Amino acid sequence: MAVSTGTIPGAPAAPSLGRAGVSSRRRAFDLWWWVLSAIGLVLLIVPVVWVLAGVVANAVPNWSWSIFTETTTGIGGGLANTIVGTFVLLVGVGILAGVVGIGAGVFLAEVAPPGRLTGLLRGASEVLSGIPSIVFGYVGYVALVVGLHWGFSLLAALVVLSLLVVPYVAKSTELALGQVPLAYREGGEALGMSKTHVLRRVVLRSAIPGMATGLIFALAISVGETAPLLYTAGFSNDYPSDHLVHAAVPYLTYATFTFWNQPSTAVKALSYDSALLLVFLVLVLILASRLIVRLTQRYSPNRVGGGALPRRRATRRGLTAGALAPLDASAAPAERDGTSAA
Amino acid sequence: MSDESVDPLGQGGPPPPPPAAAGAVRGARRPRPPRPYARRLAERALRAGSTVTAIVPLGALVAMIVVLLVEALPAIRYNGWHFLTGSTWSQGSYYSPPVRTNGILHPAGATYGAWPLILGTIETSAIAIAIGFPIAFGAAIFIVEKLPKRLAGVVGLCLELLAGIPSVVIGLWGVLTLGPLLARDVYPLLAHLPNVPVLNIFRGYVGSGEGLLTSGIVLAAMIIPIIAATTRDLLRQVPEATREGAEALGMTGAEVFRTVQLRWIRTGVIGAVILGLGRALGETIAVALVSGSVISAATNIYGTMTTIAATIVSLLDSAQGDPTGLATRSLSEAALVLLGMTLIVNIGARMLVRRSARGAALPVGVGF
Repeated sequence: MAVSTGTIPGAPAAPSLGRAGVSSRRRAFDLWWWVLSAIGLVLLIVPVVWVLAGVVANAVPNWSWSIFTETTTGIGGGLANTIVGTFVLLVGVGILAGVVGIGAGVFLAEVAPPGRLTGLLRGASEVLSGIPSIVFGYVGYVALVVGLHWGFSLLAALVVLSLLVVPYVAKSTELALGQVPLAYREGGEALGMSKTHVLRRVVLRSAIPGMATGLIFALAISVGETAPLLYTAGFSNDYPSDHLVHAAVPYLTYATFTFWNQPSTAVKALSYDSALLLVFLVLVLILASRLIVRLTQRYSPNRVGGGALPRRRATRRGLTAGALAPLDASAAPAERDGTSAA
Repeated sequence: MSDESVDPLGQGGPPPPPPAAAGAVRGARRPRPPRPYARRLAERALRAGSTVTAIVPLGALVAMIVVLLVEALPAIRYNGWHFLTGSTWSQGSYYSPPVRTNGILHPAGATYGAWPLILGTIETSAIAIAIGFPIAFGAAIFIVEKLPKRLAGVVGLCLELLAGIPSVVIGLWGVLTLGPLLARDVYPLLAHLPNVPVLNIFRGYVGSGEGLLTSGIVLAAMIIPIIAATTRDLLRQVPEATREGAEALGMTGAEVFRTVQLRWIRTGVIGAVILGLGRALGETIAVALVSGSVISAATNIYGTMTTIAATIVSLLDSAQGDPTGLATRSLSEAALVLLGMTLIVNIGARMLVRRSARGAALPVGVGF
C-alpha cells in the first residue's frame, strides 16, 4: 500500500503493480512500521501540549495582574522585580553575546585563514556549547563571585550567561555569512571595493536575518536558564539596582524553581505564574525568529530580482539599484544607467 | 560600519560607469577616491575586533578547565581514587577542630565518594535515551514521509517549543503533575509485570513519583527535540532519485526506509543521539526537581537518587558552611568529572555528525 502513498503523486500504474507484487506479510510489516512512527509523533506532541496546558491551567485560576506591579516578598507579593531583572539580563546578554558572537562568527566565516588554528577556534566554540550550564554557573561562582569578589551580581550573571550562548550566535552568524551568494561578493569586488569593504557594506548586511535569528535563539536560551544564574546572580526581593557588582539580580526562573514548595499558597501560585510568563516569553521569541525567516525567504537570493538585500534599502544606503542589478541576472538596466550617467 | 567617507561610490551618487565609458566622463561624475588611511583603519579594526572575539570561546573553555582543576586540586589529593568509587558523601563534623591529612585541612570525618552521583547521571541519561530515541526517531520519519508540508511546519513549531520550554518549567511539571500521576496510575501497573529477565527491573516499591524513572522520562522529553529535529533534517537531505529507485523496485515504504534512508542517515542519527546524551548528562534543574535529591544509588528503578549536576546545585549552599573549603572543592571535583564526561560525549558526537552531515543547519535546540 505505501508504495504509492504520497511519494510519487499521480503515478498512474504504480499502485496496482505494487499491490500485486507485495505479499501480505510485507504489507502488514509496512503498516506496523507506519503505525509505530505515528505513535512516536503522538508521543512527541503530547508532552508539549501537556506541559503548556498544565502551566496555563495551574496559573490562570490564581492569576492576578498585581504580579506586574508588586515585588516578591517571600510570603506573597508579585513578580515585578523578577520580570525587570529578566529583561535586564536579556538586554545585557543581547549586547554582550551579540557583539562577541557575531564578531566570532564573522572571523570564522570571513577573516580567518583556513587552517588548523581556525578549526581549533571553531571546535572550541562547538565544545563550549555542549558544556552543562551548571558547570558554567559553578565556575562563574568560584572565579567571578568569590575569586574576583564581585559578589552575587549582574556582571557575573551576564558574563556567564553570555559565554553560554555565544557559540549559538557565532554558529548562526557563520552559517548566515556562508549563505550569502558569491555573486554579491563578486559584484562588490568588480566595483573596485576591497574585500573588507565588500564584507562591511554588502555581505554583513545581507546576513543580518540569519544573525538575528541566532541572537533570538540565544535570548530564548537565556530566558529559560536557571542553573548558571543561581550562584552568580543570586536573588533579591528588590528591583535590580544600577550597580554592576555587589548587587544581586532577581529573575523569573528563580521564582519557578524555589517557590513551588513554599508553605504559603500565595507564593506557590507565583511559581506557576512565573512559569507561564517564561513560556510566553519563549513562545514570543520563537515566533519572532520564524517571522524573520519568513520575511527573509521573500527576499531569498534564489529568486530572480529579489535578493536578501532589499533593493529599496540598498538604494538608500548608497548602493544604487544599478550597482545591484547585474546580480539579478539582467545586466541591461545597469548598462542603461551607466550610459545615462555618461 | 557605515562610515560614509570610505564609500567608493560617493554619497549615494550614481553607479560607477562601465569601463568603456570611463574615459569619457573624466573627472565630472567620478566617485571621490576613498581615503586609504580611513579604509585601512576600518579594515584593521574589523580584523582585530573579530579575531579577539573569536578567541573568547577557546579562552573561556581553557579558563573553565583551569579554574576547575585549580579549585579541585586539594580535593583530588584528599579524596584520591576513592572519589570515583566511594558511596558516602559527608562533609564531616564542623563542631570538632579541623584535621590535616595529606597536607589538606579538613573537618573530622569528611568523606567524599561520588559513585552514586556518577551512577545516577549515567542511569538517568540511559533511560532518557531508551525512551526518547524511539519516539524522536519514529516522529521524525512520520513528519518527513507522511505529514503534509503545512502540518509538518506546525509540528516543527512543537519541536522548537519543546526545545525552548525552560527546563525549570518542565521540572515543575514533572514534580507536581507527571510524577504524582505516574506513581498513582502507571508505576503500580508496571510493578506487576511478570518476573522474567528485563521486565523484572520494573518490580518493587514504586515510591512517590520522585526518582530515577521519572527523571529519565523528564529528560527524555528534553532530548526528544534534539534527536527528532536532527533526524528530520537528515531525512530531508536523502536524494529523491535513490528513494524513487528503490520504490520502483516494488519495495514497501518500510523496506525503502531500511535500504535507502537508514543507510544515508545512520551516522548522523548516532551523532544526534550522542548529542542528546550530552544534554541529558548535564541537565540540572529538572533533575534536581524530580530526582528526590538523595545522595545514594537508587534501590530500584523508581528509587530516589541524584546526579552530579543536581548535587552541585543543591549542595553548593551548604558546602559554603565548611570552614576549610573542602566541601566546595569536592563539588569542583564533581563538576570536573561531569565536564570530562560531557566533553568526551560531545566531541565524539560532533566528529560523527560533521562527517555525515557537513553543512547541515544547526539542529533545533542542541544544548538548549
